[in-house]
Amino acid sequence: MFDRDLWREIFQSINMNKTRTLLSGFTVAFAILLFALLFGITNGLLNTFDTAFVDDAKNSIFINSGRTSKASNGLQAGRQIQFENADQEWIKKEFGDKVQYITSRIYLNVTASFRNEKNNYSIRAVNPDHQYLENTKVNYGRYINESDIKNKTKVVVIGRLVEEDLFLKTTAIGKYLNLNGIQYKVVGVFSDDGGDNEERLIYMPVSTAQQIYGNNDHIDQINLTYNPDMNFDAAIGFSNMLTRKLKERFLVSQNDQRAIRVRNLANESKAVDQMTFILGILVLVIGFGTLIAGIVGISNIMIFIVKERTKEIGIRKALGAAPKSIVLIILLESILITIIAGFVGLLLGMGILELVGPSLEKYFIKDPSVSLNLVIGATITLIIAGGLAGYVPAKKASRIKPIVALRDD
Amino acid sequence: MLKISKLHKSYPIGDSSLHVLKGIDLSVESGEMVAIMGSSGSGKSTLLNIIGMLDEADEGEYILDNVPIKNLTEKKAAIYRNKFLGFIFQSFNLINYKNALDNVALPLYYQGLKRKERIEKGLFHLEKVGLKDWAEHLPNELSGGQKQRVAIARALAANPKLLLADEPTGALDTKTSHEIMDFIQTLNDEGKTILMVTHEEDIASMCKRIVRLKDGVIMEDAFVEQVRASQYV
Repeated sequence: MFDRDLWREIFQSINMNKTRTLLSGFTVAFAILLFALLFGITNGLLNTFDTAFVDDAKNSIFINSGRTSKASNGLQAGRQIQFENADQEWIKKEFGDKVQYITSRIYLNVTASFRNEKNNYSIRAVNPDHQYLENTKVNYGRYINESDIKNKTKVVVIGRLVEEDLFLKTTAIGKYLNLNGIQYKVVGVFSDDGGDNEERLIYMPVSTAQQIYGNNDHIDQINLTYNPDMNFDAAIGFSNMLTRKLKERFLVSQNDQRAIRVRNLANESKAVDQMTFILGILVLVIGFGTLIAGIVGISNIMIFIVKERTKEIGIRKALGAAPKSIVLIILLESILITIIAGFVGLLLGMGILELVGPSLEKYFIKDPSVSLNLVIGATITLIIAGGLAGYVPAKKASRIKPIVALRDD
Repeated sequence: MLKISKLHKSYPIGDSSLHVLKGIDLSVESGEMVAIMGSSGSGKSTLLNIIGMLDEADEGEYILDNVPIKNLTEKKAAIYRNKFLGFIFQSFNLINYKNALDNVALPLYYQGLKRKERIEKGLFHLEKVGLKDWAEHLPNELSGGQKQRVAIARALAANPKLLLADEPTGALDTKTSHEIMDFIQTLNDEGKTILMVTHEEDIASMCKRIVRLKDGVIMEDAFVEQVRASQYV
């Protein structure tokens, strides 16, 4: 294959027929560019959908309480329902292994200060399971653990941005953070894909918060994840059952929509899954569509090139070119152009995605990117298609009687 | 050198076919310079194309340099064309994106010669046609006469046994025609066998033998007194 003279012929032909080269190169580069861009943008949309829900585990159920809106069991409407530690224990006991993780939550707002730095933050007082519910990633140190809960230790796990805000460039681990006048030891720093707000939170043991800020065992919210082995219907059945039993436990009317509210993410994640599925199909359609457009384009150009070179083929044959060398010279030229142009399109596409990607976030396109393998695959497909599309007319042209090829000028 | 007997050729035209050559018998010896004449449609170009293996006869025998030319594969025909034949066309048929030297060296490429050798031989033949200084020029930078001289150099490059010229002066003015003819006569003087198709009497009279075709048969085949082109140059 590597015949220096053959390649010299090819490079001469490429060099001296710039319009033709640019035309076919442009088609291929454009097809690959479009392929990369469209794929990237759709991927960006998918990412947006994914991250919108990565904040919480997909099998989460949130339980909130409020005031009753209906009288029931001889109790008047307007009664405040308040969860306590016992309620969390009861759920665990009642539903057993249907519950994967469970945690309480208490919300507080504090002013936190370290040395001269000072700022207001939200606090979530939680159980250790909360880490899995919230998909919290511990960067340094550790999360709240069972012994913190038992001993009501004054420790906090702070968000990455809290550390940045208050501890500036130093590490926060082991230092004492002042929350409304009480010193808490920082035992961990976390990050969260849910965004900046999630990383400006402070976690502390729920028992510590109960003792210090209320001296009771009240809970604002109970979050749990159901056993992920459950399918969609079982998950919905589980949360309906949970709702009913909680309403019985608190003597709330089953028709009361406000006193106890159970939100099952399965409902939402099903919609997301469907959307993701549709987007996935869209990606496929777009990808194939662009590729087919590219294939048609390169095929047309190959036919045009062979037509344009018919006379040259006639001359070469009259001078003693074998049919094989005619096919080879046309095919190698087109393959070379396709490879180079495909590579240009690939670089352009990925470069553009890289450059404009960040500014697209406000259009719900996050991290638009496309895998290198995919684009290379698309380029190879185009090369093969261009080769095939070129081979047929080249083969035909190589069989033309030289006299026919030379006739029309 | 070349022997043709009972050669027939017809072209399909719609449902019927046009019988172009109706039994041609012709033999040419080495060193001859033959003009094939005839009005348009007489079959003279078809005959030349068959001799040049650019086209195939339907019937008849064709022996070139003791090799029967029959049922050739494409590859074989390519090798024979390269080895035996040099072509000169009315419209020059140079490859327009190759410079004069590359055009001349192209048959040598198909002979499988090394690049260095090709350049050497190409330049030698360009010098022979007096265009060594134009080696790097593209065909569209050359005049008609120069283009034809490059084409002649190309035809000579592979050192063929037989030079075939199809109206070599058809696209040139009288003065340039005479220059080209003078050059072709010199080649013949050096021993090259030349076969040319023309419809111009004065060009034909510069050959040594005139074969006249009419309606696909040879009407007249006569040796003539050669008119030297040099007297007009």
